[in-house]
Amino acid sequence: MPHTVVAEATALSRRDFVKVCTAAAAAVGLPAWAGEKMAEQVAKGKKPSVIWLHYQECTGCTESLLRANAPGVGELILDLISLDYHETLAAAAGYQFEATLESTMKENAGKYVLVVEGSIPLKDGGVYCYVGGEKAIDTLTRVAEKAAAVIAIGSCASWGGIPSASPNPTGAVGVSQALKGKPVVALPGCPANPYNLLGTVLQFATFGTLPALDDKGRPLFAYARVIHEDCPRRAHFDNGRFAQAFGDPGHRQGWCLYKLGCKGPQTHANCSLLNFCELPGAWPIGLGHPCIGCTEQGIAFNVPIHQNMPIDKPTAPMAYPGVNPPQGHQSLIAVGVAGLVVGAAAGAGYAASRKLAVPPGQGTKKED
Amino acid sequence: MTASTRPVGGTILTPAAKALLVLAVLGGAVGLYRLTQGLGATTAMNDGYPWGIWIAFDVAVGTGLASGGYALAFVVFILNRGRYHRLVRPALVTSLLGYAMAGVAVMFDLGRYWSVWRIPTHPGSWNGNSVLLEVALCMMAYTAVVFLELGPAWLEGLSASRRPERAQLAARWLPRAEKALPFLVALGLLLPTMHQSSLGSLMMMAGHKLHPLWHTALLPLHFLFTAFVMGFAVLYFESTFTGAAFKRPLETRLLARLGKYVAGVIIAFVVVRFVGLAVEGKAGLLVGSGLFSFLFWTETVLLLAAAALFLRPQTHLRPDQQLQAALLSMAGAALYRVDTFLVAYNPGNGWSYFPNVPEILFTLGLIATETFLYVLVVRKFPILAGVTPAPGRAVPAGLKQGATT
Repeated sequence: MPHTVVAEATALSRRDFVKVCTAAAAAVGLPAWAGEKMAEQVAKGKKPSVIWLHYQECTGCTESLLRANAPGVGELILDLISLDYHETLAAAAGYQFEATLESTMKENAGKYVLVVEGSIPLKDGGVYCYVGGEKAIDTLTRVAEKAAAVIAIGSCASWGGIPSASPNPTGAVGVSQALKGKPVVALPGCPANPYNLLGTVLQFATFGTLPALDDKGRPLFAYARVIHEDCPRRAHFDNGRFAQAFGDPGHRQGWCLYKLGCKGPQTHANCSLLNFCELPGAWPIGLGHPCIGCTEQGIAFNVPIHQNMPIDKPTAPMAYPGVNPPQGHQSLIAVGVAGLVVGAAAGAGYAASRKLAVPPGQGTKKED
Repeated sequence: MTASTRPVGGTILTPAAKALLVLAVLGGAVGLYRLTQGLGATTAMNDGYPWGIWIAFDVAVGTGLASGGYALAFVVFILNRGRYHRLVRPALVTSLLGYAMAGVAVMFDLGRYWSVWRIPTHPGSWNGNSVLLEVALCMMAYTAVVFLELGPAWLEGLSASRRPERAQLAARWLPRAEKALPFLVALGLLLPTMHQSSLGSLMMMAGHKLHPLWHTALLPLHFLFTAFVMGFAVLYFESTFTGAAFKRPLETRLLARLGKYVAGVIIAFVVVRFVGLAVEGKAGLLVGSGLFSFLFWTETVLLLAAAALFLRPQTHLRPDQQLQAALLSMAGAALYRVDTFLVAYNPGNGWSYFPNVPEILFTLGLIATETFLYVLVVRKFPILAGVTPAPGRAVPAGLKQGATT
């Protein structure tokens, strides 16, 4: 009868744990040795405490985080961080659950990471979103006050997202607007790519630092370039091969979607380089739909999906081949032979003329 | 007028001739490979450079060097300088062989060489706007005309035959051939004027692909000039080498008088070229075009050096300096033509070209074949003028007098 050792299947050895950490580091673009360091930090009991607040949103960002595999959400919330408060994932409910929030804040004051998902309504005194009997803006202000870092995940938390779309009935804003004066890491996207969150959180967990940010609070490692620059269909754009309509021959052959309203030229994100949840091609353009600019404030939910955008960065990157790559080949042997022939002809001509300087009589071979 | 010419005679297969035949066989092997395997397999030509040295050298330079008959006929029959007549027959043989070899080179360069016979026989298919058609027709016609111009020589050769029917044939046709000669000579002057200038027109159509130092409205005229320069130079070359090879007295005195024509053509060419560039506002390109400025000045310096040598009184006495001057002018004019057809030509799109070894071998084989055939013809037919008195080596006064008459 086969014998299964249940205890061994769940117990994590140090070696396996370092593996998990290294895979996580690799997935989010941290150096390989960061995995080791991550494991050491966790072994010292320095797992960062994370508080995750939900407001006006669809929970899509959490859903996409749940589908990450390296590290899986189980490893993430149990081994790498200490996810102490998350409404979707909590086993507890009601007063018991709300008490966790208070105790976590008290125990980790000034050290915990606050992740916010969803926009915050400010209109009419913020009455449009209550959680646990408290207005969104009040909880947020209270929790953010003692947080070591505030991360806004998704477009809603970053700049308002879909709840802020015109006419914005609730006066929804992003975290950075709701928390005046507090630095906020914004990870826009609808949903945000979970690896951008993991990268940010794991860097903070390992090194205690936050990634370099742009003027809108977005990490440069993920949002420095527009989709268009690294788009796998870019060659079609450069060669003028455009899908003109959904399902036309160009669309079927995977040509550029710019004329179908692709917002890639204006949208800062790394979707083309880091597909969602390790599934190759799992992002809009990879599936044949133009980018809708979900990460970009002022484009997503504001500009019609199929409206054309101006090209923001028209220059091609250095890596493209030149317009006129060298063609034709030359053999060095032929160059040598040609040199010998020309040299021999010139030499023979001179030698022959020198011979003629003496009275003729000596035969000279005709040459050219 | 042909009484003084006679065959040189002697053995055909001298060691030098055998060496030429080896080269010819090597070139022939390359030619066979090209005919069976195609141009792409044999040559370094590509879509950007659909012609290589087989056209730039074998045809453009080859027919230029074959213009000896043309240049000399111009001096003898248009300028009426009958004293040079003794040089006409060898010059015509050079022309015939040069054009025949250029024709062979074109044949091997044509993608569908098996259709070439249609050019003269299907006038209904002609494209009247094609420069290339004019070049093809004129060259074919001129080769035939030069062959007929040499008719008396062939017939005289036959009349010396030991077989009576050959001698009879010659006796019957020789008077007729001599009667037709003025018309043939006139055609022989018209046709090269047309197709040598057309070689220039050909590259004029290359437009911006040709470097502006070479691409001018005067290209057809420049190609006429260089045809004359190379044609004259070849006279010196051929006369001097046959003299040395067959141990015959050199024509130094006669050639000395020709020098002023060569120098005149060279100076006219250089002056017209510079004035043309100045008028077209391209004088600035003479410096600062890098390699192209260098090539332009190399051509110019080679040609001017030759002209200076030709005009020097001492040169009139010395076969070695005559040969040096001729080789310098040949090099200058040939460089001009190769530059125009290949070096200054840039089809764009990153294409580049340098001839590969088989192409060079084929070209060497052609030259060897031409040289071998020349020796064969002058040994068998009355081409070279009979023995003339050896020129005195130190009679400057008389020579100077002669040069000005």
